[in-house]
Amino acid sequence: MDLNPVYGGILIGVASALLFVFNGRIAGISGIAGGLLRQVVFPSQRVEKETFWRLSFVLGLIIGGVVIAHTGVFAEFAPTASAASVPLLVLAGLLVGFGTRLGWGCTSGHGICGIARFSPRSLFATMIFVGTGMVTVAVLRHVFGLLN
Amino acid sequence: MTVSAPSDGAAHASDGQGAASLSAARLRAVRVVVSFVSGLLFAIGLGISGMVRPEKVIGFLDVTGNWDPALIGVMVGGILSYALIHALYTSKTRPLFEEDWRHIPRIGRDLPVNAVVGNVLFGAGWALAGYCPGPAIVSVSSGQQSVLIFVGAMLGGLLLYEFWERSRA
Repeated sequence: MDLNPVYGGILIGVASALLFVFNGRIAGISGIAGGLLRQVVFPSQRVEKETFWRLSFVLGLIIGGVVIAHTGVFAEFAPTASAASVPLLVLAGLLVGFGTRLGWGCTSGHGICGIARFSPRSLFATMIFVGTGMVTVAVLRHVFGLLN
Repeated sequence: MTVSAPSDGAAHASDGQGAASLSAARLRAVRVVVSFVSGLLFAIGLGISGMVRPEKVIGFLDVTGNWDPALIGVMVGGILSYALIHALYTSKTRPLFEEDWRHIPRIGRDLPVNAVVGNVLFGAGWALAGYCPGPAIVSVSSGQQSVLIFVGAMLGGLLLYEFWERSRA
């Protein structure tokens, strides 16, 4: 059985917990990215204080991505392209960007950090977005023959 | 002049000269470094987990078809490791390099309707392309057109939210 997903998950959990223990922050990607964008369009003193660590975290994500995508060490884990068409990619991006903020988090914030903290709210949220994702694939792939 | 890591719940500068501002600045600098390391490890974890492969994500969501349950392992691994470390530290009066826990949200019991709508929108978008925010940002350096288009649109969605939220205030 391929245990890499579990190992990867453990590393994600440890990385997120580092942010909690050392910095007292939640490793929710949508909040981190959204917060940076907020500081660009609606700068405020309060949000400004969060900007440097958020930029640093995102830089870490990108550099980590370089390691995954471009060094031989992790070649078997390199990112693959999505099969979605351009219009679908644009729609998907808009939905994910808007929806994660409206929904107060994403797979990292709710799915990992929230559930690990025994937050009922995050458990509901995760069930809703995973459930919706499953219904969406079922309908698009098996009713309309898309996403193949 | 030294700043000692907190062992008794407060950070001190040993000579007391300009102590408050220097130790606060040092704490901020450490937090920035920790954030980078956290992001780096997070990205590598995402890679090893398979979440930077949209076909694996959609395979996990394809319950009525060719179901690939692998990503359950990611959630289990992530939740268990986070929960363990969190449980050990959450009773401490403060994080190691921050004054208090004010940036950690209170545990919420309910989800307002708007947030439910948000989760639905996110779930749908996630299924369409197989990307959520973390894996998308991590994959940017691959230069793949699909990732770049998705990330661009995701930034658009994030922006849209900012303007929408502001208009309601």
